[in-house]
Amino acid sequence: MEETIYLDYAATTPLDERVLQSMLPFLNHIFGNPSSIHQFGQKAENAIEVARETVAGVLKCRPDEIIFTSCGSESDNLALRGVCFAMREKMNKNQILTSLAEHHAVSRTAGQMAELFGFDVEWLGVDEFGMVSPQTIARGINNKTALVSIMMANNEIGTINPISEISEICHKQGVLLHTDAVQAAAYLPMDVDVLGVDLLSLGGHKFYGPKGVGVLYVRKGTPIFPIQTGGGQEFGLRAGTQNVPYIVGFAEALRLTEMEREMRTTHVKPMQDRIIGSVLENIPDSKLTGHLEHRLPNHCSFVFKGVDGNLLLTLLDSAGFACSSGSACKTGNPEPSEVMNLLQLPSEWGLGSLRITLGKATTIDEVEKFLANLPMLVSKARNLK
Amino acid sequence: MTKVVVAMSGGVDSSMAAIILKQQGYDVVGMMLRLWSEAGKEDSNRCCTPDAVALARRVAARLDIPFYVVDAKEIFRSTVVNYFLEEYLQGATPNPCLICNRTIRWKFLLEHALAMGADYMATGHYVRLRSILEQKSSQQAEDRKIQLLRAIDRSKDQSYVLHILSQEQLGKALFPVGDFQKDKIRKMAEDEGLPTASRPDSQDLCFLAGEDYRKFIERNAPESLKPGDIVNRDGSILGQHQGLSFYTIGQRKGLGLASAQPLYVLAKQIETNRLIVGLEDELGQNELTVENVHWIAGKPPDSICRVEVKIRYSAREAWAEISQLEGGNIRVRFDQPQRDITVGQSAVFFDGDVVLGGGRIVANDCV
Repeated sequence: MEETIYLDYAATTPLDERVLQSMLPFLNHIFGNPSSIHQFGQKAENAIEVARETVAGVLKCRPDEIIFTSCGSESDNLALRGVCFAMREKMNKNQILTSLAEHHAVSRTAGQMAELFGFDVEWLGVDEFGMVSPQTIARGINNKTALVSIMMANNEIGTINPISEISEICHKQGVLLHTDAVQAAAYLPMDVDVLGVDLLSLGGHKFYGPKGVGVLYVRKGTPIFPIQTGGGQEFGLRAGTQNVPYIVGFAEALRLTEMEREMRTTHVKPMQDRIIGSVLENIPDSKLTGHLEHRLPNHCSFVFKGVDGNLLLTLLDSAGFACSSGSACKTGNPEPSEVMNLLQLPSEWGLGSLRITLGKATTIDEVEKFLANLPMLVSKARNLK
Repeated sequence: MTKVVVAMSGGVDSSMAAIILKQQGYDVVGMMLRLWSEAGKEDSNRCCTPDAVALARRVAARLDIPFYVVDAKEIFRSTVVNYFLEEYLQGATPNPCLICNRTIRWKFLLEHALAMGADYMATGHYVRLRSILEQKSSQQAEDRKIQLLRAIDRSKDQSYVLHILSQEQLGKALFPVGDFQKDKIRKMAEDEGLPTASRPDSQDLCFLAGEDYRKFIERNAPESLKPGDIVNRDGSILGQHQGLSFYTIGQRKGLGLASAQPLYVLAKQIETNRLIVGLEDELGQNELTVENVHWIAGKPPDSICRVEVKIRYSAREAWAEISQLEGGNIRVRFDQPQRDITVGQSAVFFDGDVVLGGGRIVANDCV
C-alpha cells in the first residue's frame, strides 16, 4: 500500500491534517447535543452555527440557506424529492428536467420519482464531450416543469457544464435549478449568485474533508419539503441530531479549499496537461473523453480501443497505481457506463475507460512514473483480451 | 518477495490456500473469475455469485491482501459451455471442469496472474506437486520434471480434473492444501475464524446454478433432444427415449420401461439415435480406448504398463494394463470389467501417487 501512488482524487480525498485538528475537540470533550438547552449543548450548537456561517461565506449566501446532510447523495435526494413534491403540492407542477449524464444520486432518484411517484422526467442528451447545452434546456422546459437538475462537473469525464447560462434560461422561464456540485467544488468557485442556482449539493470528502457529511444550499423562498422528518433540525428540512465533528470538518475543509483554490489549481493543471499530452501521443488508439478545455483541472479521462477497463485497473493497481475507470465497479462485470454510452464511441472503445485524477499531494515524479508504466500496461491489457 | 496469485472462490479451500501461503511469507494476491451464466440468470453461477465474491473479498481483507475480479464470461461461454453442449450433441457426456481448468483457470487466469507480475498461481485443489530430475545420461536443465501427485487426503483428491496440466502450467502452480487432510483444513479455517469455514463443498457444475443439466440442454441445445427408440442388444424395440442427452451410461431410473428385471442404459448409438439397454450383468466392459491423450511428463511411459485408472471424477480406481495404439490413442484393458464407462468422460492413469495423464474415452467397439 505504501508504495502505491494514489491517482483517484475524484473518488475521494484524504483528510487534510488541519481539518482533522479542527474536528478532534468535537469527537472528544465537546460532545453535547446541539439541541440541548444546557451549556454542553450550547457549545455544540455554536460550533455548527459557526460552520454554517463559514460555508455561507464561501457560497456567498445566507447561513440559513445551508442545510447539513450526511453526504452529497443525500443532498441530491433532498433537492429532487423535497422540491418536486413541494412543487407538485403547491403549484401542480410535475415535470423533472435532467440530463442523461448525471450522477446516479440524481438520475436514479429522478427515475424513481417517475416510476413510483408519477412524475414526468425529461432526459436531456449531451454532446460528444458530455456537455449539456443551454438550448436543450430551453427546449425541454414547459409550464409543468418543477425542477431542472444539471451537474456542474461530470465525475467520470470531468466536463464542466455552463451552469450560469443554464440558470439564466431557467430563471427567464421562472423554473428552479439544482446543480450537483459534488465533483466540482474542489476546484470551481461556488458563488451561488454568480452561478444563479437555487439549490446546490456538496460532499465533504471530495475536498479533503471527512466522508459522511454534505451540504445542500437552498435559496430562500424555494418550495421544499423535508424528506427526513423528526426533531426539526436544520430548519425543519433534515431531522436528526447533527454530526457536529463532521460538520465542523466540512466547513474547515471548504474554507481551506476556497482559500487555496488558485494554488491547488496551479499545482495540478500542468500535470494534467502533461498526462493528456503524453497519453494521446504515446498510446496508440487512445482518446480523451470529455471536453479538452471545459474540464476540471485535476481530471484526465481516456478510452483505449480494445481494452477491458477493469482489467487495466487491476494491472495498474498491481504495478502500484490507484486509478479508476470513472465509475466505481468492482464486480468485474464489464458494462460500459451510461456516460460512456453517451459519448458516441465506437463499440470496441466503450469498455476501455480510464480516469486519472490528481490532488494536492500528487507530484510530477509520480505522474512521470505513471506515464512511464501506462503504455506497457495498456498493451498488456490488450494482449490479455 | 515471491508473488503468488491465489484463485479464490470464497470457499474454505482457496481461502486456506491464501492463508497458508501468506504464513509461508509469500506476497499473496487474491483473484476471482467472473464466469458465465445464462441470460436472465446473471449472478447465479455458483462459483461466483455476489455472495461468493463478497466472501472472498472479506477473506482477502482479513488477510490484508489485494483482491481483484477478472471477467471471464465470454471466454467461458465460448470454450467451456460450447464444449459442454457440443459433447451432448455428439451423444457424449462431458466433464466441463477439465476444460475450465485447462483453458480458463490454468490458462486465461494464469496469464492474467503472470501479467500482474506473479511468479506463481495457487488454487485450493487437493493435489500435490513433486519436482524430480530424470535419470539421463546428461544432466541437462530440461530433465527437471514436475510430477502431479494425488492428495494426502485420498477422499478429497482432485487430481482427476488437473491431469490435463502441462509441465509449463505445473511449473507456475502451487497447491498448498494438497498436503493436508480436509478435516485439518476445516479445523484451521475455524481456528482462523474464516467466515467460509462451514460452507458446504461445491458439487454441481457452476453454470447450471443448481439446476438439472437436462433443463439447461432443453434450452440451449434442443436439437440434441430427438426422441428415438430404446432397444435391447438384439435390436428389439422396447420403448421410446426423449433424446440421448437425457441419459447416462448405467442409468436405471427414468427409462419408463416395463420389464421383469431392471434394465440399465448400456450405450448410446448416435448414428441411429438409439438407446441400448440391458441387464445389470451386461453393463461391465473390460476395455476402453482413449483419445487426445495428455501425458503430464510430456511423453507416454516407455512400455506397456500396469496402472490404476479412474474413468470418472467420482469413480474408484481400477487396475488395468495400458498400451499404445497407432496415432497416440491408448487402449486400456481392465483386470475386472468396469461399469459405467462413458464416452466423453476422461480416463486418468495413476502410477501409485503419481498422475501420469489421461484422455477422452471414445465410443467403444465392444458394444
